[in-house]
Amino acid sequence: MNYNWNWHIFFEPNPTGSGTYLDMLVSGLWLTIKTALLAWIIALIFGTVIGILRSLPSKTASWIGFAYVEFFRNMPLLVQLFLWFFVLPELLPRAAGLWLKQLPNAPFWTAAIGVGLFMSARVAVQLAAGIASLPRGQKQAATALGLTLTQGYRYVLLPMAFRIIMPPLTSEFLNTVKNTSVAITIGLIELTGQARAMQEFSFQVFEAFTAATVMYLAINIIVVTGMRFLERSLAIPGYITGK
Amino acid sequence: MIEISHVNKWYGPTFQVLKDCTTSVAKGEVVVVCGPSGSGKSTLIKCVNALEPFQEGQIILDGIKVNDPKTDLPKLRARVGMVFQHFELFPHLRIIDNLCLAQEKVLGRSHEEAVAKGNKLLERVGLTVHANKYPAELSGGQQQRVAIARALAMDPIAMLFDEPTSALDPEMISEVLDVMVDLAHEGMTMMVVTHEMGFASKVAHRVIFMDKGEIVEDAQKTDFFGSPRSERAQKFLSKILSH
Repeated sequence: MNYNWNWHIFFEPNPTGSGTYLDMLVSGLWLTIKTALLAWIIALIFGTVIGILRSLPSKTASWIGFAYVEFFRNMPLLVQLFLWFFVLPELLPRAAGLWLKQLPNAPFWTAAIGVGLFMSARVAVQLAAGIASLPRGQKQAATALGLTLTQGYRYVLLPMAFRIIMPPLTSEFLNTVKNTSVAITIGLIELTGQARAMQEFSFQVFEAFTAATVMYLAINIIVVTGMRFLERSLAIPGYITGK
Repeated sequence: MIEISHVNKWYGPTFQVLKDCTTSVAKGEVVVVCGPSGSGKSTLIKCVNALEPFQEGQIILDGIKVNDPKTDLPKLRARVGMVFQHFELFPHLRIIDNLCLAQEKVLGRSHEEAVAKGNKLLERVGLTVHANKYPAELSGGQQQRVAIARALAMDPIAMLFDEPTSALDPEMISEVLDVMVDLAHEGMTMMVVTHEMGFASKVAHRVIFMDKGEIVEDAQKTDFFGSPRSERAQKFLSKILSH
């Protein structure tokens, strides 16, 4: 294989005129971080609501939770992004569809919301499992003290359930970061997109993707460290899973 | 104070857990409910504060019908203290915060008021030094005393105990029973599911014996221990008093 290694490529100007190749990658990195953070916030909010619905005794509530989760987790993420990006505008009334297509940053919003909803189904399942793992008496004790259902969840069940599911939630946060790379297919030039652009401009495919790999790794090391710190600061003295 | 009349409860279409249960607890009265496991005694006292729904009959608590859809259940439950077999303290809250949560969120007391009340009750159950610990750092007996204090913090008009000593190591039972005996002597209205016949003979006014969902015997304490009328109660007593 005749491959000309050139690690100095990062400091050479890129043909788009936006600075060096490194600048290109860094701008992709920021976009990845922004997309992942927004997606994770959406996943947490929707996942919490749906997770709670799944844990309620009401048949309607748990059916809604069930339908939501099965819809979002049984379709490939790629297909979901295509649906939101290409199909949804066509299904809407003409004016609304047009407005949606002309939205500035449409790939960014679609990616963040699409990945967020996809991940929310997974957060929901874990939260429901976390709530189910609490002793039945906890809810009864909250109820017996006169707390309403909402207060019982807010002050008693959720604080414990979230502590219990912290380790799998860390994995889901990591998956959220990695899944944003699928957004390249709807034209979001995030980290993977910039690495590919760099490869096409410079033909230095190995350098480009090595750099992207290192950057993904760096984000996720930060995520893992941050979540571990959070987990430790929320640990409960004497409690078994809190050690 | 507590009027239970003709209560029937089924789990599913066929299994009847409570069969035409009728009894009452007067103000200041201590009633012990005993019987073999699976006889429905826990279910019966959980019906009193509507932790368990029932299909037929009615329960009236301090003049308020428990199974009336219009009854504000959280408000009603806040007035009845309940102590569970497995303590059910909230593991993520310090002992003092366990005592304050419902005082603040349900009764609307200020934090200072709630803490003052909580400290007074912790002193009463002899656990002042543990106020800032977490439940998992306390022994079972200590946790159950906290649970009693937590219920008392709500200034209840009656207390329900669901096998409060069944999950305790033998050496911790008396510290919990001592607190309950004091309460009884102060004139608290109490309904106690327990196998502690020593407690029953010391402070109970009446003893209810249940078997297979029925109230088989509902008698003054002296009558119950002196000459139980039913054969089932005689058998039960001979079994638990033989050692």
